[in-house]
Amino acid sequence: MRVALFVPCYVDAFEPQVGIATLELLRRFDLDVTYPFDQTCCGQPMTNTGCHKEAAATEALFVRNFSGFDHIVVPSGSCAHQVREHMTAIPQTPAVKAVRERTLELVEFLHDVLKVDAFPWAEFPYKVSYHNNCNALRGIGHAAPSELHGPFFSKPLDLLKKVKGLELVQLARPDECCGFGGTYCVAEPAVSVKMGYDKVADHARAGAEYVVSADSSCMMHQQGCARRLGVDLRFIHIAQVLNGATA
Amino acid sequence: MTDEPGGLIHPELRSERNESPVGPAGQRLQHAEGTSQPLRSKIRERQPRGAEVNGRRPIDHEAAAARFIAAPEHEKMHDERLWDLRSKRDAQMHAIPEWEELRELASQIKQHTLAHLDEYLEQFEAAAKANGVHVHWATDGAAHNRIVHGILRDHGAKRLIKSKSMLTEECGLRDYMAATGIEVVETDLGERIQQLDDEPPSHVVVPAVHKLRRDVAEVFSRTLGSDPDTDEVPYLAERQREATRPLILSADAGMTGGNFAVAETGSFVVCTNEGNADLSANVPALHIASIGIEKLIPRVEHLGVFIRLLSRSALGSPITQYTSHFRRPREGGEMHVVLVDNGRSARLGMAEFWTSLKCIRCGACMNTCPVFRRSGGLSYGATYAGPIGLILDPTFDKRKYSTLPFASTLNGSCSNVCPVKINIHEQIFAWRRVLAEEHEIPLVKRQMMQAAGAVLSRPALYRAAISTADSALRFLPRFAVYNRWNAWGAGREMPPAPKETFHTWYARTHPAADKGSGDGSA
Repeated sequence: MRVALFVPCYVDAFEPQVGIATLELLRRFDLDVTYPFDQTCCGQPMTNTGCHKEAAATEALFVRNFSGFDHIVVPSGSCAHQVREHMTAIPQTPAVKAVRERTLELVEFLHDVLKVDAFPWAEFPYKVSYHNNCNALRGIGHAAPSELHGPFFSKPLDLLKKVKGLELVQLARPDECCGFGGTYCVAEPAVSVKMGYDKVADHARAGAEYVVSADSSCMMHQQGCARRLGVDLRFIHIAQVLNGATA
Repeated sequence: MTDEPGGLIHPELRSERNESPVGPAGQRLQHAEGTSQPLRSKIRERQPRGAEVNGRRPIDHEAAAARFIAAPEHEKMHDERLWDLRSKRDAQMHAIPEWEELRELASQIKQHTLAHLDEYLEQFEAAAKANGVHVHWATDGAAHNRIVHGILRDHGAKRLIKSKSMLTEECGLRDYMAATGIEVVETDLGERIQQLDDEPPSHVVVPAVHKLRRDVAEVFSRTLGSDPDTDEVPYLAERQREATRPLILSADAGMTGGNFAVAETGSFVVCTNEGNADLSANVPALHIASIGIEKLIPRVEHLGVFIRLLSRSALGSPITQYTSHFRRPREGGEMHVVLVDNGRSARLGMAEFWTSLKCIRCGACMNTCPVFRRSGGLSYGATYAGPIGLILDPTFDKRKYSTLPFASTLNGSCSNVCPVKINIHEQIFAWRRVLAEEHEIPLVKRQMMQAAGAVLSRPALYRAAISTADSALRFLPRFAVYNRWNAWGAGREMPPAPKETFHTWYARTHPAADKGSGDGSA
């Protein structure tokens, strides 16, 4: 199985340890993992602003970088959603369609493709609040959203339950958006920040020591809010927890 | 942690004797935890007003939302009240095993009706006429107002009592009637509060939900002479009732909207919780109903689907207190139905946006929207606020409402609660593209995205732009910041800058790896 690793731009620049953990975790399963060196971004900042034409060259670059792999794995629900659902600024050739279909978020890849049943190297003896990124939750179906009538499921929680010592705590508003929203966080900062403060308060009230998520972007925003408020919450990506990070 | 929290932490929210609860590490939680604490405000917080509306100038939702958030008592009350409606809606949903089937059925009935709207409208007209109802057609809001005025004038009416109707808001009926000398009295309590305060409704179902009780006490003391310091609900409701009942009893004409119009019977249904629509329709001998052409459903049996969904989605109650069916004028009375287009048939022709016509105005998308709850309905400066407003308003005026589709995090909760399964958040996303293509987004924003696209499609250029942590901090957060410096930092700390990027780490630790071409020709 040939797997390409896509490291989102903000993970590359601000959370390199998330990329490293993802790479190490994938290698634990004896996969042939390639990091295409010319990769940059999925184009989401442009398309989310309505500027699809301006995203076309970035999308084309993405397809050139990631063609020919069985799976493209990215530690971000938001970027996986962008590629699968919104990468439409370029003509939809068979190559483009193949890359889009084969792009999976890390949790999906572990849960649905590898069907991992144990992470024997992982132990995380903390109270954890899980943050569902909205694109991961409602866009690519990481879990059952609270608005819909149906059986409960959660792929990230399925995986976290296999981590020794990890105790999950329950939020009052489990899948309320944290207010990051990509460019929204700077387009409407007052609302974005208020949503972030409320989310941080919910984590704290639930007794969480760590917030875990598949999306570093939401956590960068929430961490910025928590630090400004002086709330001592810690944030860690699910790739790091599953890879055996101790804190 | 900086000392100056950018004005976003409100001292009023902290309890007086440092009773703030303690976080996991023993520190006091300030504003954030304050959301669960009783407010101890020393000063009376004034009700924040909505967005400024200046002709066709784009609405500044962000500024109006910031004002709403700067009024923490109002914002907290608003968020919690609407979240409570969302929670009750969830409870109702869980009590109905076939909930998702109902939504699908409702969606299909609406899509079918809209696809054959011409036929169903003609069927409705014929059936209504056979029932003795006068049917009028209005192409736009102005025509609607002229028709209504004409009917009232012909009857020598001096006072019109009406129940809540978003359509008449859309048409600007109250403003129009003010110039004709005919008095219009709203009979829905929330709508009456808004009328007395000279504000439009802030929500399609609960029009005064952005007001605290004492805001209402202030409005009533100013307009009805009630005690400004008494804000108990029974007292306020009684004052309004005493003031409004005589006006209702001596009115010359009554007006309602219509939640559903049934093509096969020519009848229509009005759902209310206060019974005020029944007073409006039945006390005067003349009843005028204004109904948008998208309110049609084919048959009476289809009502069951929508009635089961409407109030559960809107308020989390199984049904409205009154579900009133109107079919023909009473003995000696007259009934008029005004069928209003006002942009609807044009919207029906929009490939990406026509399904927004399925909307039954339940407001569930507003209740669940985290942005709406924290910014208030009046911050949108439009008849329709919240998620459904973001996709309806630009069909009325692309320039004026060009900013609204950007007042969303695209979280998608709105689409999931929608009882008729409108893909609201996908339409918000699509509107952004349409507005960018038609140059209705700020030029500087577009240029920023052109620059970002140019850098992100050239690996070598991109790597140079973020080669050091400092330059990455300059480029990455700011390529999204198009109009103001430090939009991130006003309420949030910057992320710590790591010593090297993943890319640099990978190159250092994998010396034999293919290093690409740098120009993207993989």
